[in-house]
Amino acid sequence: MGSAATLPVSPPHPSPLPANGAREYSAAVLTTDTVVLDQPRDAFEEQAIPATRVRGYWQSVFYRLRHDPVTLSFAAIVLLIVLAAICAPLIAPFDPFKESIVGRLKPFGWRGHPLGTDELGRDMLSRLIYGGRVSLMMGVVPVLIASLVGGLLGVVGGFVGGRTNTAIMRTMDVFYAFPSVLLAVAIAGAMGGGMANGMLALTLVFIPPMCRVAETATTQIRALDFIEAARASGARTTTIIRYHILGNVLGPVFIYASSLVSVSILLASGLSFLGLGVRPPVPDWGLMLSTLRQSIYVVPFVCALPGVAIFITSMCCNLVSDGLRAAMDVRM
Amino acid sequence: MGLSNMTLAEVRDLAVQFVTREATVHAVNGVSFTVEPGKVLCILGESGSGKSVTLRALMRLLPPRRTRIEGEVRIDGHDVLALPPRALRDLRGGLVAMIFQEPMTALDPVYTVGQQISEAVRRHTGCGSHVARDRALELLELVRIPSPERRLDAYPHELSGGLRQRAMIAMALSCNPRLLLADEPTTALDATVQVQVLILLRRLQRELGMGMIFVTHDLGVASEIADTIAVMYAGRIVESGPVAQILSSPEHPYTAGLLASTVHGQPRERDIDAIPGNPPDLRRLPQGCSFAPRCPRRMADCRVVVPQPRFPAPGRMAACHAVAECAPATQVTKTSTESGPSLASSAR
Amino acid sequence: MLIARDLRKHFPVKGGSGKSVRAVDGISFSVGKGETLGVVGESGCGKSTLARLLLHLIKPDTGELVFDGDPVGTASGIAVDALRRQVQMVFQDSYSSLNPRMPVRDSVAFGPFVQGKKKNEARHIAGEMLVKVGLDPGLFGPRYPHELSGGQKQRVNIARALATGPRMVILDEPVSALDKSVEAQVLNLLRALKRQFKLTYVFISHDLNVVQYISDRVLVMYLGRVVEIGPIEAIFERPLHPYTRALLASRPSMNPAQRIEEPPITGDPPNPIDPPSGCRFHTRCPFAEKVCETTDPALGPSQGPQPHIAACHMRDPLSGHSGYGPL
Repeated sequence: MGSAATLPVSPPHPSPLPANGAREYSAAVLTTDTVVLDQPRDAFEEQAIPATRVRGYWQSVFYRLRHDPVTLSFAAIVLLIVLAAICAPLIAPFDPFKESIVGRLKPFGWRGHPLGTDELGRDMLSRLIYGGRVSLMMGVVPVLIASLVGGLLGVVGGFVGGRTNTAIMRTMDVFYAFPSVLLAVAIAGAMGGGMANGMLALTLVFIPPMCRVAETATTQIRALDFIEAARASGARTTTIIRYHILGNVLGPVFIYASSLVSVSILLASGLSFLGLGVRPPVPDWGLMLSTLRQSIYVVPFVCALPGVAIFITSMCCNLVSDGLRAAMDVRM
Repeated sequence: MGLSNMTLAEVRDLAVQFVTREATVHAVNGVSFTVEPGKVLCILGESGSGKSVTLRALMRLLPPRRTRIEGEVRIDGHDVLALPPRALRDLRGGLVAMIFQEPMTALDPVYTVGQQISEAVRRHTGCGSHVARDRALELLELVRIPSPERRLDAYPHELSGGLRQRAMIAMALSCNPRLLLADEPTTALDATVQVQVLILLRRLQRELGMGMIFVTHDLGVASEIADTIAVMYAGRIVESGPVAQILSSPEHPYTAGLLASTVHGQPRERDIDAIPGNPPDLRRLPQGCSFAPRCPRRMADCRVVVPQPRFPAPGRMAACHAVAECAPATQVTKTSTESGPSLASSAR
Repeated sequence: MLIARDLRKHFPVKGGSGKSVRAVDGISFSVGKGETLGVVGESGCGKSTLARLLLHLIKPDTGELVFDGDPVGTASGIAVDALRRQVQMVFQDSYSSLNPRMPVRDSVAFGPFVQGKKKNEARHIAGEMLVKVGLDPGLFGPRYPHELSGGQKQRVNIARALATGPRMVILDEPVSALDKSVEAQVLNLLRALKRQFKLTYVFISHDLNVVQYISDRVLVMYLGRVVEIGPIEAIFERPLHPYTRALLASRPSMNPAQRIEEPPITGDPPNPIDPPSGCRFHTRCPFAEKVCETTDPALGPSQGPQPHIAACHMRDPLSGHSGYGPL
């Protein structure tokens, strides 16, 4: 620091720049942000530039999530459930389809069945684990497909505006008029039940809200100046959507989709409960609830288990989506 | 210390921090000033200097959970930071009133202008609705709104920007405050409307004998309305003094830089003398003087020690290591911005 | 370089009342090569609409644009796409004019990329442009807009506008949202870039001081019309139109001993939905007479290379206004 101990007396502004040649000026222009004055660069000068870490949007989302213990713990539970479902053949103690006339409706711990047996003597734990596969599938897949289809429709409608947008949104409103449960039941029933039809019904139920979320986000983004700037550079509509709109719309759509997963699990279980989902003997939590309903006075805790599973899974998904929203929905 | 019963507002060592999980923002770092009754103090600063936060701290309008306030604020003898909620509500609007930058958001869109003013009057004086309406009409006439009877029943969105701003001023004046706080009230207005509002405020302030603290970033506006100017940078007051002296011979390099970089009739062939660099990040203030990274006159001391206020002349303050204390014998005729530093170096 | 003839743009008011916001109502002017034309006016005068009309981001209802001798948008002239390679725009609000999810370098590279360059080449051009506006591309390229200050964002905007190599840049209030110290930096930068790239500027602003510093000629707008146009010294020293005079007199004096005592004009800028009859300024004009309420003054013949003309009855010997005569 010795060399810069005292500055010579100088006027309180940088000395007048030579008035010759554009190159000189652009060099001086360079100095205003990278170097403060014609002094040796040191760490102190760096403070003239805001020294924030380079953190992209997704990185800051992860940062916030890492420091949110509540969301992390619930996410861990969801992860456990998912892993259990995937590794079902490895961890299930018994064959979920193996019936036993003797060991029907047995309580916890009977002959090595940690969670008892159901009304046909099958092991509850194994059926719960295998049932998780179906329930999770019927929860996640409809939301995924609805996000893609509804999201695309919403973005197109929101960006193009005018009559196309009106056509799309009013069609969605028609579906919106029906309560989601009734609509799902009606569609699944009309198509005859079964897992695929159940998923289709749920997809159709979720497309309108996803479309609406995407359309709102797109309309908001479209009004911002950088879209006009993109148009002014000569970009075509598809290019603008691809590079500018999608990145910004993905956030709200993802948040909404994650909150739909919990709803979807509930609705799927409801459909199965009514017999409109998978057919027996495939294990599914909703179906299990339905068949165990009559036996609730015999072994109440065993019969409540599928309901508990639905509850825990749905609630944890819900709380994780809340945490995601808190992490993602931050105004930069 | 001293004449605290004569000054209208006295602020000592005010410090405000916003605490979030990620960082602590040091918005205001030790601000002290006084306002005499009937005088206008203009707080001048750019964005991020802490001027609006200071103003809001005077009425405790900052969000209570996230904010830490230290220091002392006295208005007409009342210790504002220690007031209980009921007394604080009486103070706001009654003794101190505030006008804001954006009148559209400061006025409630679902009530007419007359209703809002009457509500303020009734809240503070407890009078009946007819009396309050008469008072509202009186106020609209005071702020020179044309056809005031009609405007009483107008909604804010029906008025133009200048009229809305006048309505907001009327609402602020409704209970005869002794101190008016103005947070950039003319920044969002067109030039011709801005000058009308400034003239109006000056006239009202003189007629009603109010003290006023006017926050702005515009030197021109400050020159039109201030008696004294306090220049803020990174949460500290770096210079203060009477307006004519500050504008003609600033002591602090930041003030000098602001003056030089304000576009006002500069010759077109030369570049404007801009202050290099950017305002500091309030979460990570540099050690020592906050302006040092951008200062053309910085010395070794500036990076280490926060400059304390120095008084180069009676009534003037500058927080800069390069400014000498009051030395009347060496005061020479001041020309533009050069006199300050050369005085300092020769006095050293 | 650019000639605008009788541009008109009305935005219909929703609700079917039949009224429309007459944002731009018959504007004609020209911009010479290499000059800076300043456009001043208050809110509601239509400057932003004019900016977008010049770039054909909005289509005019009537009127035409002629760029470099070729009419824009017609089959025989220049296509809108080609116009956009030659003319670019810098927007006012630095916050919303950059995509918050895109690093700055990609935002700048988008223009060249769209116009056919490969991604790497476009990124390279973006890096060069960032250097030209005084930002270190290694340091600032990967950053996101929220990490930059207002002045830095505006530099990025300028880099983006220049990345496609235009010959003319329309600047819509480029420094209005910036702090004064940063405003000076950006103005210096704009002057330097104009010299370096031999650009033509149309500089729109409400701040007369800035316009005086940077413009060669000035166009004054009021409620969608041109009220005065002329070279910079003429406008600022001998303003012809009462509105221009009022605007000039509304500037703060910067001298506490010479404060403005009386407002130069009263009232607010009126509503572009329902402009006053005749001369649009007559409701606020201290010199208004009968003829001003009934007849709309014309801008006056433009003789010579740099005419100084105003749309005012007092400048027209045939109007019958009593105020006609030398100033």
